Amino acid sequence: MTSGIGAAEPMQTTRAAIGDSDPDGADRYNYAYLDEQTKRMIRRCLLKALAVPGYQVPFGSREMPLPYGWGTGGIQVTASIIGPDDVLKVIDQGADDTTNAVSIRRFFARVAAVETTEATAEATVIQTRHRIPEQPLREGQILVYQVPQPEPLRKLEPREGETRKMHAYAEYGLMHVRLYEDIARFGRIATTYSYPVMVNGRHVMSPTPIPKFDNPKMGGNPAVQLFGAGREKRIYAVPPYTDVRSLDFEDHPFAIQRWDECCALCGAGDSYLDEVILDDRGGRMFVCSDTDHCGTRRARGHTGRLGADAATAAAAKPRGAAR
Amino acid sequence: MTAAFETGFDTSRLATGFADPVLDAQAAFRRLLAAFSYVGRIQEVAEIAEIPAPLNAATASFCLTLADLETPLWLDGAAGRPAVAAWLRFHCGAPLADAPEGAAFAVVADPAAMPRLDRFAPGTDQYPDRSCTVVIQVEALSQGQGQGQGQTLRLQGPGIDGTLDLVVTGLPPWFAETWALNHAIYPMGVDLVLTCGRKLVALPRGTRIEG
Amino acid sequence: MYVAVKGGEKAILNSHKLLAEERRGDPSVPEVSLRQIDQQLGLAVDRVMTEGSLYDRGLVALAIKQARGDLVEAVFLLRAYRTTLPRLAVSEPIDTAAMAVRRRVSATYKDLPGGQVLGPTYDYTHRLLDFALAAETDAPPEALEPAEEPVAHPMLRVCDVLGGEDLLEPETPAGDPASGEPEPFDLTREPLSFPAGRDQRLQNLARGDEGFLLALGYSTQRGFGGNHPFAGEIRLGEVSVEIVPEELGFAIDIGEITVTECQMVNQFAGSASRPAQFTRGYGLTFGHCERKAMAMALVDRALRCRELDETARYPAQDEEFVLYHSDNVEASGFVQHLKLPHYVDFQAELELVRRLRADHGDARRKEAAE
Repeated sequence: MTSGIGAAEPMQTTRAAIGDSDPDGADRYNYAYLDEQTKRMIRRCLLKALAVPGYQVPFGSREMPLPYGWGTGGIQVTASIIGPDDVLKVIDQGADDTTNAVSIRRFFARVAAVETTEATAEATVIQTRHRIPEQPLREGQILVYQVPQPEPLRKLEPREGETRKMHAYAEYGLMHVRLYEDIARFGRIATTYSYPVMVNGRHVMSPTPIPKFDNPKMGGNPAVQLFGAGREKRIYAVPPYTDVRSLDFEDHPFAIQRWDECCALCGAGDSYLDEVILDDRGGRMFVCSDTDHCGTRRARGHTGRLGADAATAAAAKPRGAAR
Repeated sequence: MTAAFETGFDTSRLATGFADPVLDAQAAFRRLLAAFSYVGRIQEVAEIAEIPAPLNAATASFCLTLADLETPLWLDGAAGRPAVAAWLRFHCGAPLADAPEGAAFAVVADPAAMPRLDRFAPGTDQYPDRSCTVVIQVEALSQGQGQGQGQTLRLQGPGIDGTLDLVVTGLPPWFAETWALNHAIYPMGVDLVLTCGRKLVALPRGTRIEG
Repeated sequence: MYVAVKGGEKAILNSHKLLAEERRGDPSVPEVSLRQIDQQLGLAVDRVMTEGSLYDRGLVALAIKQARGDLVEAVFLLRAYRTTLPRLAVSEPIDTAAMAVRRRVSATYKDLPGGQVLGPTYDYTHRLLDFALAAETDAPPEALEPAEEPVAHPMLRVCDVLGGEDLLEPETPAGDPASGEPEPFDLTREPLSFPAGRDQRLQNLARGDEGFLLALGYSTQRGFGGNHPFAGEIRLGEVSVEIVPEELGFAIDIGEITVTECQMVNQFAGSASRPAQFTRGYGLTFGHCERKAMAMALVDRALRCRELDETARYPAQDEEFVLYHSDNVEASGFVQHLKLPHYVDFQAELELVRRLRADHGDARRKEAAE
């Protein structure tokens, strides 16, 4: 039901088979749930998306057995690409064991007879929400992002008719104005996630709500990055080795988050950290949001301030917050 | 699949398509996905038992994977034989387009006689995805330099780590010139898939080509 | 003792077990049957069929039972099932002029051929709780005396009367057969695109949330819009569904469905080149969903402002606003996705707010020192 985050989870590799012991009748559906015509439609969109990196291709998103906003776009993209030779990893907030990640992983194990893993290095397809894994991806891997709002300009202009024109004519001045207003008000750009990027020097794109910490990983990545927005019915892509730049200004260059702390469990000083409240007296600790990264480091003998035992964490003294 | 094709053909004598329509299409799509991701790198698709001439395995695989009743398909004179048209209609259900302009996909079996690229739909400025993907069957396709008499294309752009050389035999002489025009209207433009036997390579519109 | 709130397969399975228990309620109370839901909660079934866009009372009863009466959840269940169904044929347009009418009211004429047929309606019930129902004696309803004359069939439509006099604008079918696009747009296959055609809008509204359309329709009456509507006709009854199988080449009847249709007659339009004519607003639902059909007709008319050269000034006239927010499966999913973890992004915001506060403190201290 719950597990202390300190307990190192063993790498799990399981193979599910359709049909045998299938109480939910998954064998009554097509392989990978979607019918072939839907897959073809999505596949065509994916190739066009790769041909115009960062451009949002409208697609006939289907109603999925999971709610809109819970990864239906990512699921449709994954269902259209996945095959029995794939090894699938699903993360939410960087973690393999968050409930929605577990739920999506179960779905594919059931309907696509696919091997699943928690190890980033072993996966051929990684579906993600809100993070890019810490471990650098390699050629041949496919990262599928779940996208709640594909339109980076939507908060500035609610109308699709208008934003589509802005992309068509590369009129992105409004976005720069918004970022500059932040600087005027706060002294710095106050966007911390969904930080807009310019792809291939042409299209402004939403990186999805990943923290800006992950933005630099998008550019020049050897892996394929595919984005699915089910409710908004858009697909987009960043091919490998593509120029992706976070928007910024000469006098206010883009910078990622940093912490004074290291991961309390594995000691990593260069990973994205989650803050965990320990008690009601200000006690807190910081741990890697990427559970596989943290577990792999601990398995290799790296230890943080609180070691690998969550119980120790309970006794932790209150510490200062991140800067 | 649909049996809505015209009279004069006995379905029992039609060449078969994918042995496993679901998993073979998935495997073939992954090769296409790789081709559009790792631009200019040659991918190989699986053999298909029976294919009507003059289609090669890669072209046939492309059509079986992506074409259906929603995608008008244009065949050039060499590809547009009755056996090919009947096979495509039977396995894909794709309507045949009369002219290149109306096609979502085009198959060119004789590149020497093919229409220039600006005859195919380039999409619109607001919907550049509504553009044609043209499959061109070439005589030879290889990676790197020094492969004999082929034309060496030096590729650069998204999907390519630096530059990449592709050697092609059989493209029309005007290819480089019209490709430059196609690239210049980015993000509009057509995308190409070059095929040869089981080999295929993608040249999406964003690719710069020298050579 | 700190325990991270992380789920896992077991938590999910346990949650499903708890849900099953809650759904069943007290096991000493007899289980509700699908037939009971179909027969005794028929209007709930009608609403779910309409918004789920699948005409199958049995499946809908199952969805309602599984969703414990949460109709939006039931719509979702039905939609997710519907999307997996093969598409065998596209029906011919249903002909509501040939409807076997059970209810028909017109607010524009006192009397007309076929007359006003009140049919089953809550309209003139006094909304007093009927405690006899609470007694569950299952006494048979009072017997109904047969009418003096049978309901006319077919029954003339008010719009056809007005149309015959050229007082109402003609209805133009979706798609132009000449251009090779006889089939209307289907937003379950293609995404919405703007400007949306009327076929696209009507399909969206038919699937749209009743509450959302009701509020929008209401807003047009209160002044956030200027439809000036008259309920030309509301009719409820059974119509045939026909398809033309390719191998036959002629239409065959595949069954009968119940529908509610509302034709609103609205504000006239005209110009120097065109004489004045009333304009239409249209609503159609599966089953008996009168409130929905009327609200839909009001919103349809409001959304037609562009084609009728009216300035779009109000929410109900704003095509993108209405069409993008009408679907309760989309809306429910996205509103509720906020309960998924967002701690990575929250951490990013926390880090920034702390940094901004520190900057602010530094600046104040510097000021004070100076």
